[in-house]
Amino acid sequence: MSPLKISWKSIWSKPLSSSLNLILVAFGTSILTILLLASTQINDKLSRNSKDIDLVVGAKGSPLQLILSSIYYIDFPTGNIPLKEANELAQNPWVKRAVPLALGDNYNGTRIVGTDSGFVNLYSLKVKAGKLWQQDFETNIGSAVAESQHLKVGDEFYGAHGLTGSTDIHKAHAYKVTGILEPQGNVTDNLILTNISSVWKMHDPADEKEHDHHKKNDDHRAEEPGKKTETPEIQDKEITSLLIQYRSPMSVVMFPRMVNQSTNMQAASPAMESTRLFSLIGVGVDTLQWFALLIMAIAVISVFVNLYNSLKERSYDLAIMRTLGASRSKLFLIVIAEGMMLTFAGTLTGILLGHAGLQIIGHFQESSQARLSGLLFLNSEIYLLAAGLAIGIFAAIIPAIQAYRSNISEILSKS
Amino acid sequence: MIQLKTVSHSYHSSHTIRFKDWNIADGSQWLLLGESGSGKTTLLHILTGILKPSAGELIMDEVSLYKLSPKALDQYRGRHIGIVFQRPHLIKSLTITENLLLAQSLAKLPEDQQRIEEVLESLDITAKKKSYPSQLSQGQLQRVSIARAVINKPSLLIADEPTSSLDDKNAQSVLELLMQQSALNQSTLVVATHDKRVKDAFTHTYELK
Repeated sequence: MSPLKISWKSIWSKPLSSSLNLILVAFGTSILTILLLASTQINDKLSRNSKDIDLVVGAKGSPLQLILSSIYYIDFPTGNIPLKEANELAQNPWVKRAVPLALGDNYNGTRIVGTDSGFVNLYSLKVKAGKLWQQDFETNIGSAVAESQHLKVGDEFYGAHGLTGSTDIHKAHAYKVTGILEPQGNVTDNLILTNISSVWKMHDPADEKEHDHHKKNDDHRAEEPGKKTETPEIQDKEITSLLIQYRSPMSVVMFPRMVNQSTNMQAASPAMESTRLFSLIGVGVDTLQWFALLIMAIAVISVFVNLYNSLKERSYDLAIMRTLGASRSKLFLIVIAEGMMLTFAGTLTGILLGHAGLQIIGHFQESSQARLSGLLFLNSEIYLLAAGLAIGIFAAIIPAIQAYRSNISEILSKS
Repeated sequence: MIQLKTVSHSYHSSHTIRFKDWNIADGSQWLLLGESGSGKTTLLHILTGILKPSAGELIMDEVSLYKLSPKALDQYRGRHIGIVFQRPHLIKSLTITENLLLAQSLAKLPEDQQRIEEVLESLDITAKKKSYPSQLSQGQLQRVSIARAVINKPSLLIADEPTSSLDDKNAQSVLELLMQQSALNQSTLVVATHDKRVKDAFTHTYELK
């Protein structure tokens, strides 16, 4: 009958108040765990997806929207920019690499991205099966796409207009999968890549059988039908945005200003916008964090009150244990162990609940690009466990000292 | 052999209780008589090693009890002194068997299931060994508390008003059990009481005035 077993038995002898304490600790810990996991993952995703991109140039609008649509592929694009102007920018001596993007279609919710080989180099993509796309309507798909859409090399599929939904299908041309990319752990796992002219041809009224689907304002081609049928040449073509890598850090200040002032386009920095986005989310994270800490504080008080009250009832029990030969330090240990067991079990439950909770949240998330996983375990969770133990000691220390100091002769003669 | 030598105790340095010297031979059975307020509980607590007297000495089997370190005293008490209280205080969260196991392990003795069976058997409460204290009657609980007091075969068995809350029949049987158990375990027995019903059973009496 070790002191630990006595504490354990004592916890089980009052299941209601013990489980209340456990739930309080677990609730607080699970919120903290979810916050920790989610903010780590979001931060990680934000930085991994934009790691080599210094600037995004696109149509005027919200810079955050431009970043979200062109780097994270979660929002709608701001509009289109003329290819001619984009090419001029790409020729600028400050620019080391410029990668054009043409967005606007999807296949079962997966975005189809028209781009060139610069994209492959930018993200250091490698082909796992098949080969890189070369001809029109040839595509490479991300590893996650291959898995979720059950596509393999040689398969054909039809893209649909818009970024989600498959009501408006481009039936004129079928895309063909020529390669599957190696998993990168970033946004490219969830994309379908093709060349830009495929995207153009997909929407060219000459090729398209259904002329009459008018496009929305977020469309990648704010087209003027009369003009286009006359000269469907490269000068009139438009793209969604341009991903830019600088030649030197000097350009950071000058280049965006030049774009914003002298052209009809806007430049947005992924680093700046990500920071801004994170600071916006940060307010919510902070609030939740305080909320979780408040719950933990309530849990500490609850464990303390529980132990303190039970000590009043148990002082006679503890005195009896002394007469049976238990030393003062043993009583101290019994009370401390009871507090620690409660909070440790609560913390452990909370961490598991937090992981399960985040996994469920991730499961119901619509956007596959920003999906959160509950299966990631962080080293810093050990601190949560340590904090759980510390809370137990903190809540139990006063009752334990009282148990240590109690005068058994006095307690026994009172009855 | 237990010797009480010039022991006195004062609680708040005002009123001092002096106890006359007392020699208790091994295996003898004593009655400790005294009205409430006469210092009976104080003397019992001194005898059980939980209250250090202001002056004097308690010697038990050549050990001066209050010269031991607190930890050694706790262990000595657990091994050599068994106590039966007026009310049978058992640990509510533990079963009867576990309460007895606790008495063994707190005295730092090996857990001995066979000894527990033996004691429960001799007190006729084997059937209740897996029950919790709340499931037992008052009489049964008092038997368990006797079992707990003798489980480690103490050299001194002390009972504090063991019969005062019991009816005639139960009081008689508890007294018989105490005498029987102390004889069985070769323990010296000291019963403190003001209960007139138990007087006749004892030949030795220590009276407080």
